[in-house]
Amino acid sequence: MSRLYVARNPRVAARSLDGEMMIMSGRDSTLFTLNKTATILWQSADGTTPLDEIVEHRICQEFEVEPAEALHDAETLARELASHDIIQISEEPIPQRNPAAGEAR
Amino acid sequence: MPELTAEVESLGLVIEIGGIPVRVNTTDPGFLDMLQARYSGFVTSSQRSEGGEEIAFDVDLTRTTFAAPDADVRVTRRLGRWTLERGDFLAEWEPASRTGRIRQTANPYSIDAVLRIVHTLVLARQGGFLAHSASAIRNGRAFLFAGVSGAGKTTISRLAPPDVTLLTDEISYVRKQGDGYIAYGTPFTGELAKLGENVSAPLAALYLLTQGPENRIDPVAPGEAARSLLANLLFFAEDEELVQSTFHSAFEFVRRVPVSRLTFVPDSRVWELIG
Repeated sequence: MSRLYVARNPRVAARSLDGEMMIMSGRDSTLFTLNKTATILWQSADGTTPLDEIVEHRICQEFEVEPAEALHDAETLARELASHDIIQISEEPIPQRNPAAGEAR
Repeated sequence: MPELTAEVESLGLVIEIGGIPVRVNTTDPGFLDMLQARYSGFVTSSQRSEGGEEIAFDVDLTRTTFAAPDADVRVTRRLGRWTLERGDFLAEWEPASRTGRIRQTANPYSIDAVLRIVHTLVLARQGGFLAHSASAIRNGRAFLFAGVSGAGKTTISRLAPPDVTLLTDEISYVRKQGDGYIAYGTPFTGELAKLGENVSAPLAALYLLTQGPENRIDPVAPGEAARSLLANLLFFAEDEELVQSTFHSAFEFVRRVPVSRLTFVPDSRVWELIG
């Protein structure tokens, strides 16, 4: 089974305020507010850590959830975020020139 | 032999909003008079500004309306030049030279839209913005009252007591200055159809308007404050860089300016809570 890699889209603007992560699409100015799981996924999406490792080391540590179920949910979430151009997903590592671009200043 | 050519006299005036002068050049005296009346109080002088910060537009008046008068506004940038288009106008503006051209019929609405857009583009680079909100000065401090159409911007403006100076009942003008913000009066009117006063003051608070059974002020969580402000900002440009700066500007604003929810019944007692 192939692994999935996720990377933050450097063309969105992101900001965390009181633990709430908000992201605005640079393409159409749509504003997204991420829940806790999506925030962890976004913050961990460096393009080189596979999704299953993010789930094991970050999401399963935070929530009491079965790894297999968590991975399934994380893949669904990653594809949804990718459909809004918030992150990129690939079966290969995703090189990022400036992984922090658009992140809170 | 009679003169076959005559020099076309170039006329112009300067409309200064938020301390940013915009010169409008035209050859039509009637159009000039219309602008003079429309922006009364914001027209500074027909002499060229000494500051060098002036933006200048040449207006080409056409007799015919455009092919799609109801088309939505589009603001795009290519090779350092902005193109602003809507069904009733086509404009170009080059920030580097601070000059531009507007093609429209002789009406005040098209140039008013161009001015709003140009000011949003200028302010976005400076941490400021235009917002759908009424604003007013009381005791030397400015207050913003934001809300969608029907939230009560015009109502709260109409209820303002005599010691309150109204900056606008519709579009507030905010510039960043040091660690704070300054609110300016604008000629951009809403239902009240009354121009704001051309004055400014340090911004003390942003109120999110809701009409309800009593007058009260409630705190707003930072996330909700940022979301509400972003929802009320005027922003037209299809431009990723500017979207990012505007987004971060909104967060900077809510970090520095108190944001609360103002629930009010539509009578003048609400002003006992302000200022």
